[in-house]
Amino acid sequence: MPEVKKQVPLEFEKPLNVLAQQIDNLESQLTEQPDLEPELRHLKEQYTSLRKSLYSNLRPIDRLAIARHPERPYTRDYFERWDPEWIELHGDRHGTDDSAMVGGLLDLGNDLKIVAVGTQKGRTIKEKQSCNFGMPQPEGYAKALRLFKHAEKFGLPVVTLIDTPGAYPGLAAEEHNQAQAIAINLLELSGLTVPVVAVVTGEGGSGGALAIGVANRILMLEHSVYSVISPEGCASILWRSADKVSDAAQSMKITAREILELGVIDGIITEPLGGAHKDPDATAKAAKNAIMAQLSELVKLSCADVRNDRQNKFRAMGKWRDQ
Amino acid sequence: MDLKDWFAKRRERRERENLEVKQLLPTEDYCALWKRCFQCRELLYTRDLRSNLQVCPHCQYHFCIGAPDRIEQLADPGTFEEIDAEMRSSDPLEFVDTESYRKRQVSAEKKSGVVEAIVTGTCKMNGHLTALGVMDFAYFGGSMGSVVGEKVARLVERAIELSCPLIIISSSGGARMQEGILSLMQLAKTSSVLKTFGDGGNLYISILSEPTFGGVTASFAMLGDIIIAEPGARIGFAGRRVIEQTIRQKLPADFQTAEYLLKHGQVDMVLHRNELKDKLTKMFEFHKKKNKEMDKALVQSSSKKAGGK
Repeated sequence: MPEVKKQVPLEFEKPLNVLAQQIDNLESQLTEQPDLEPELRHLKEQYTSLRKSLYSNLRPIDRLAIARHPERPYTRDYFERWDPEWIELHGDRHGTDDSAMVGGLLDLGNDLKIVAVGTQKGRTIKEKQSCNFGMPQPEGYAKALRLFKHAEKFGLPVVTLIDTPGAYPGLAAEEHNQAQAIAINLLELSGLTVPVVAVVTGEGGSGGALAIGVANRILMLEHSVYSVISPEGCASILWRSADKVSDAAQSMKITAREILELGVIDGIITEPLGGAHKDPDATAKAAKNAIMAQLSELVKLSCADVRNDRQNKFRAMGKWRDQ
Repeated sequence: MDLKDWFAKRRERRERENLEVKQLLPTEDYCALWKRCFQCRELLYTRDLRSNLQVCPHCQYHFCIGAPDRIEQLADPGTFEEIDAEMRSSDPLEFVDTESYRKRQVSAEKKSGVVEAIVTGTCKMNGHLTALGVMDFAYFGGSMGSVVGEKVARLVERAIELSCPLIIISSSGGARMQEGILSLMQLAKTSSVLKTFGDGGNLYISILSEPTFGGVTASFAMLGDIIIAEPGARIGFAGRRVIEQTIRQKLPADFQTAEYLLKHGQVDMVLHRNELKDKLTKMFEFHKKKNKEMDKALVQSSSKKAGGK
């Protein structure tokens, strides 16, 4: 049975929604006119096949829309599904608890206890405001760093979930040295002797994302994106036009598949058809399995090897020519 | 011959000379006889400006300067040995916006006189061996792509090898968009090698010049043991316009200037360009001693261990 429940519509899903509406109409008439049954079945088949073909030919801009879908599971949704009794830890210990960065202690089962950290977008307007739409302040990065050090001290593996438009561009953020907050995290993460696995679950927005993304293994959800600047920003700088977002998204190679081909990430986690928001439970389970598979390998390495593995990984990144 | 012809001929001759003599000299700057100060609007004779280290003699405005000029100002004459001089971007994304990245590279090379946004090498500074990296804003806005990241990483490794201080002078708009995610990864790469460098007890002085933003401040530029900013230089993470659009309020006039950063505890000092070389030398002397003591201690402890066996 195709799902015809109406949700927040995506631009590229418009033809699907038209079909869904027709199916709805027919179904309501079905009790009075049972002879409509074959037509209904035909429409439903059409719906399924159209959806399949739409999702197998997604443009980067479409994936961007899915990655930013307001119903997409956020960091807390994953944590709660992985360990309903997870222990949240708060604060940067210097006067602030940035809600855009959450973290705590999670028991993934199978004797795997971790420190998990991730950026958090809000669901309701109020939450969105308090989380700054998922854009951490320098204090948020300091909070993450504090948790990384906790993990290091007690030998716990680190898992980070990335879903942020980027670090917050604000007056106070600059005064409190946003740039250095990110730089310090890059430096310290690269020196950890515990395994780190990062998963881009939605938007991987530039330095603000990388600040919790210097990991031994980097995974991306199928429809998530990871980029050096938002396609909107890139379009306005290089094309000097706001309507070239699709071109910018295409040129920058922001999708999981393209980034895997560039050798930056280690794997892609498949999402349910229609995107992670269609089935958060299944998505969380798939993500957990992928993380556990990576961690079970990494925990076998010695401390020095874990650190070297991570440093060598990033040392090798980049492409150039010597003439 | 009217005046226009005279200038044209002169420019031609200069270009020829520049090509023949030093390929490192940026051409266009040297063709113009006069330059107007961006701050006090005073007309300056370029030769005077050059001898004054590209600082306006009237209002002390520090002009943005290219890598070759900067190296000439800081390195003892004839001591600079460039490394990775021919490393260029391979255009990994085959990026095209309104023009192709390849084409833009060629014109940037012509405009700036350098082949990438950073020149790296070793030199002597008042006799002290130093690993020196200088960014050049004229090349692609000093942006960091794979080449800048790799050259910085190799420079840091050279400094580890030579056990000498490291100086990087930044001037950059941030990460290079045309290399997408690979540019972003350079932030992690450069920070990671600096971690190893720092663990070895080596001194890294970061100098921030007009302008330093984005991915460069969010990585190696802000990781110096000592951070020096040039007067009036604009330094920050996000650009002023982006912040104004986000918070919808006017920012203070001196927001993100070197002096503003000093007030907010983000840099150690704001130094006039003519003091730079001597101050750096002085700092080397402080940290050299410490390093030697540490080396000695290390040698002693390891020889003790060896003796114990």
